[in-house]
Amino acid sequence: MKKHAWLIGLAVALAVTILAPLASSFPDGLERVAEDHAFLDRAQDAPFQIIPDYALPGISHEALSTILAGMVGVVIVFALTYAVAWLLRRRHNVNA
Amino acid sequence: MHIPDGFLSTATSAVAWVGAAGGVGYSINRVKTELTERKVPLIGVTAAFIFAAQMLNFPVAGGTSGHLLGGALAMILLGPFAGSIAITAVLIIQALIFQDGGLLALGANVLNMAVVGVFSAWLVYRGLLRVLGSRKWSTTIAAFAASWASVVLASLAASVELALSGTSPWGVVLPAMGSVHMIIGVGEGLITVGVVSFLRATRPDLLALQATPIRGGVS
Repeated sequence: MKKHAWLIGLAVALAVTILAPLASSFPDGLERVAEDHAFLDRAQDAPFQIIPDYALPGISHEALSTILAGMVGVVIVFALTYAVAWLLRRRHNVNA
Repeated sequence: MHIPDGFLSTATSAVAWVGAAGGVGYSINRVKTELTERKVPLIGVTAAFIFAAQMLNFPVAGGTSGHLLGGALAMILLGPFAGSIAITAVLIIQALIFQDGGLLALGANVLNMAVVGVFSAWLVYRGLLRVLGSRKWSTTIAAFAASWASVVLASLAASVELALSGTSPWGVVLPAMGSVHMIIGVGEGLITVGVVSFLRATRPDLLALQATPIRGGVS
């Protein structure tokens, strides 16, 4: 990528989250199958919750809460993946 | 198709963790030689974009929705090894921060979506490109087919885990999961083709980054 071109990519990813409140709230394929075939109630709640249901806690505006949760996620995923790739690259270059 | 905790038996979860670790470990081992300076940020951006796009559930038949898994998209942009790592990162954050997909089930979700999803897309994509040659529309057809196949095969992997766990009988869960994901896979194909076509028009240099690993093949 050209220098800092990744900023444009990150901005696009952040912008995509603005569409998230428009997403369908129907159950997804697996949830639908679990519901139809009576094993949905086997699902257990997570032992801890940080940003459950893609809604940032403490924000009462539903759409805004979803968008901000998405933006937080985009930044964390970018940072984690970038860091892992950077470390793998550095380790390889050091070894080489 | 993020499996929550409670759907899988301990034994099935454990086997899935081993499979996931093997697949991702192999990817980490293989990716090192292809990590150019330009590719590192592209991996981060691709994972971030797929995370965002996964939030956009689209309705399919009968009060059901689907969303992008992104395995084929990541594979086309990054190659299978970096692509598999990118999807794994997305799944880890979804499980740890967003409580989407279980913690014990994370191994199964990584196995299904980051390993089966990405590598099945890769096999279909490579195979079709070889058959179709370098015609104008061959990458579009290959991208669509790879996306569709990756979703269906990932859903079948999930079905096998559910059946092995005794959660749902084989004869019920395989056709039910397979059929709904054959529809969702069409959405996956359309989104992947749309994004790849847009990038080909605007940033063909990005798609060229992975040209060697994909066409060069692994033996």
